[in-house]
Amino acid sequence: MKFSYYPGCTLKTQGKDLDIYARKSAEALGIDMEEIENWQCCGAVYPQAKDEIARKLSAVRALDSAKKQDGKLLTLCSACYNVIKRVNNDMKNDENINLKANNYLKATGYLAEGDEYNGETEVIHYLEMLRDTVGWANLKAKVVNPLKGVKIGAYYGCLLLRPSSVLQFDNPENPTILEDFIKAIGATPVVYAMRNECCGAYVSLKDKEVVKKTANRIVNNAKANGADMLITACPACWYNLNHNSDGSLPVKYLTELLAQALGLI
Amino acid sequence: MQRIGVFVCWCGSNIAATVDVKRVAETLGQEPGVVYSADYQYMCSENGQQLIKTAIKEHGLTGIVVCSCSPRMHEATFRKTAESAGLNPYMVEIANIREQVSWIHKDIEEATVKAIILGRTAIAKLLLNTPLTAGETGVTKRALVIGGGIAGIQTALDIAEAGYEVDIVEQRPTIGGRMAQLDKTFPTLDCAACILTPKMVDCAQNEKIDILSYSEVEEVKGFVGNFTVKIRKKARYIDEKKCTGCGICMSVCPSKKGLNEFNMNLNNRPAAYIPFAQAIPNVAVIDPEQCIKLKTGKCGLCSMKCEAKAIDYTQQDSFVERNYGAIVVATGFKIADLKYFNEYGYADNKDVITSLELERLMNAAGPTKGTLLRPSDNTHPHVITFIQCVGSRDISGCGKPYCSKICCMYTAKHAMLIREKYPDTEVHVFYIDVRTPGKNYDEFYRRAVEQYDVDYIKGMVGKVYNENGKLMVQGSDLLSNEQITIASDLVVLAAAIEPEPSVRKIATLLTTSIDTNNFLTEAHAKLRPVESPTAGIFLSGMCQGPKDIPETVSQASACAAKVIGLLAKDKLKCNPCVSISDDSMCIGCGTCANVCPYGAITYVDKEFRLGGGKTEVRRVASVNEAVCQGCGACTVACPSGAIDLKGFTTKQIMAEVEAVCKR
Repeated sequence: MKFSYYPGCTLKTQGKDLDIYARKSAEALGIDMEEIENWQCCGAVYPQAKDEIARKLSAVRALDSAKKQDGKLLTLCSACYNVIKRVNNDMKNDENINLKANNYLKATGYLAEGDEYNGETEVIHYLEMLRDTVGWANLKAKVVNPLKGVKIGAYYGCLLLRPSSVLQFDNPENPTILEDFIKAIGATPVVYAMRNECCGAYVSLKDKEVVKKTANRIVNNAKANGADMLITACPACWYNLNHNSDGSLPVKYLTELLAQALGLI
Repeated sequence: MQRIGVFVCWCGSNIAATVDVKRVAETLGQEPGVVYSADYQYMCSENGQQLIKTAIKEHGLTGIVVCSCSPRMHEATFRKTAESAGLNPYMVEIANIREQVSWIHKDIEEATVKAIILGRTAIAKLLLNTPLTAGETGVTKRALVIGGGIAGIQTALDIAEAGYEVDIVEQRPTIGGRMAQLDKTFPTLDCAACILTPKMVDCAQNEKIDILSYSEVEEVKGFVGNFTVKIRKKARYIDEKKCTGCGICMSVCPSKKGLNEFNMNLNNRPAAYIPFAQAIPNVAVIDPEQCIKLKTGKCGLCSMKCEAKAIDYTQQDSFVERNYGAIVVATGFKIADLKYFNEYGYADNKDVITSLELERLMNAAGPTKGTLLRPSDNTHPHVITFIQCVGSRDISGCGKPYCSKICCMYTAKHAMLIREKYPDTEVHVFYIDVRTPGKNYDEFYRRAVEQYDVDYIKGMVGKVYNENGKLMVQGSDLLSNEQITIASDLVVLAAAIEPEPSVRKIATLLTTSIDTNNFLTEAHAKLRPVESPTAGIFLSGMCQGPKDIPETVSQASACAAKVIGLLAKDKLKCNPCVSISDDSMCIGCGTCANVCPYGAITYVDKEFRLGGGKTEVRRVASVNEAVCQGCGACTVACPSGAIDLKGFTTKQIMAEVEAVCKR
């Protein structure tokens, strides 16, 4: 199965591991991830301003480019997933944004006259691909190095889950997809209350003290519930939980553990 | 040839604002067979009805079409009008140009054209109508009440008071329902048992009332005035007639692991038990899942000690069949499942409880004898946090979209009672809105805030988690725009309420309708709130929608009044729109009897003359007109086209279809 893939900037710089292990694992699972051409930064959280059209354009370009391939766009970074899926929703449901974005892309020659992007592409997160295309049972069967006895806390953060009406990724209060993933790679999931609380995100650029509080709160709560490590799909969460907490709990990308379980590391 | 009159109603601006009523009247006036047409502001008013009567007489009309609201609203009204002017009431047809036209269309041209088409359709049908005469059936002067909570009890008492016999069927071993579990009741704070148990005793002592406890409705046949109901009496392994309710079996029973349902599973009860001290009937029951004798054959202690010799381990379920004129559904409610609300930690923390569990913890007859102790370690909680709207007013799909209505008041009650009894306790309440309409209700809530210093926080709770033995309640305070976390000893969830699950089965048995939330649907939301759309079936209490005790009792009495009105009649008019079979075409195949949901069709052997002095005996269908409900299933199923529905004949329906399709 082939997917158009949008890696995003962080996965090419600070978060290389998230990307590298994702590709290796996908290959082992028979999934072909084809990076779309000439992609640009999704804009991180900036395009979510309602009246800001220009900053949504790079997401629209990526979506349109996937539409012209196979109609599906695979993402991995939580922030990219959040931004691209929300922009896609706007292109589908918000007449004003749709009209202005299409007009701009036509005026600049990106879209040919008569061509339009109306939210046709399906945005898929890597985890959804594992669940729906590979399947948990299949994944489990391909695990050669099950992480037996390892107690892993799933850290969802906020961008994967909210706003739930648009993302429709999982139940925002009681998500299960990462726990299902942890079970599939042979480890034991640890459910703890703070798994869907914000890590502090970009506030770490402005006020480290605030983020230290939020990051430690998450790490301590996971430890109190018996977790040996945390996994995440978000480079920002990974950074905050590693560098702004007391460092007492290892935090890894889910793809790294996946590659490990599949015997690729 | 018929002489038809057409009457187009404006319904004030309800129809006239969207439909050009004058054009409808003029156009339909040109239709073949129509000799008179008119429009009027309110056709259902006295003047409007007079207009119809005058036209019938002056123009010698043989049938009328009224273009107005849904026939469910005023068909009966206009039939009476026609009848009083000397017409057969079944020579009236309604074209619904309100619900099906003006209320759902915006464009005047489009709506007017559609109104004309519906008018033509009614005319086409009316041209083939024949006068019908309704027969009569008797009324069984006995009512059945399904459910023995406060709703069922009040309805039964009122019906019995009027002199009619009434049976209460209750699935649990005792009547009393949810109200029996409550501690105090708002807004007067009188104890629930003190006001309920005398009514339960009244039921037991009333000669007109028969209580069938630990019983379920199994099968319902018949129709309004003439229901036949089969009731399953579940084996209680105790002879009800012999048991004196002494309780010796309870005290000697060695199996003590059964969860005490009456105490919301907060403690245990023996396998042989009486649910609570004031149970009616005051008769024990043996739980077969827990009884050692029934499971292993070894024990029999209760049988040895029972002086009344009431224990019978061989008892089986038994059935009784009774006839009723009316059936009341009073099946009540339960607390909704909290499995989709793990964020509040109900499943993982013993000290996160529901409000109904708190009622038992505060009740003198409850597991803690009325001392408020938290379940995990039996210590007194010093900080208690209430969370309202858990699963109510929830649009995420995990809970219920509706307001459960009773929670704001009972939470204020709990908060106040706790502050009164344990002034050293800090009480917080998270709310979305406080909704306290009702006599003396808002005053009650204000007392909790102003007099008892209950800390009301406007905002929702995100999660409840355990940290160092404290329940951390994390929520937002919207008025101060702060995120707050309250370290609590006990968390009480005002969980949404939902209809008792057995109501689905009962609704199916009674062929009455249920809404998307499993509440039973009333015949009209405003004007017929205690009747179901199925004739002879009435609704009492929570099965119809969330309501508190005062409202439930009012509705229960209203329901009784409707039942009494029905039972007071000696004869009921039957619906003449029933099936009729043409013997000459019937081939006796049996298809119609198989599809009939009412068992109205039987087969008889009839002798037919063949001419030349010869006869033959053939098996043909015979419709019992009193039992037939006119659903029409048989007319569709009949392979030879022998069976037809009076008032809705195949020819009439085809004429309607043709009128719709022909432009």
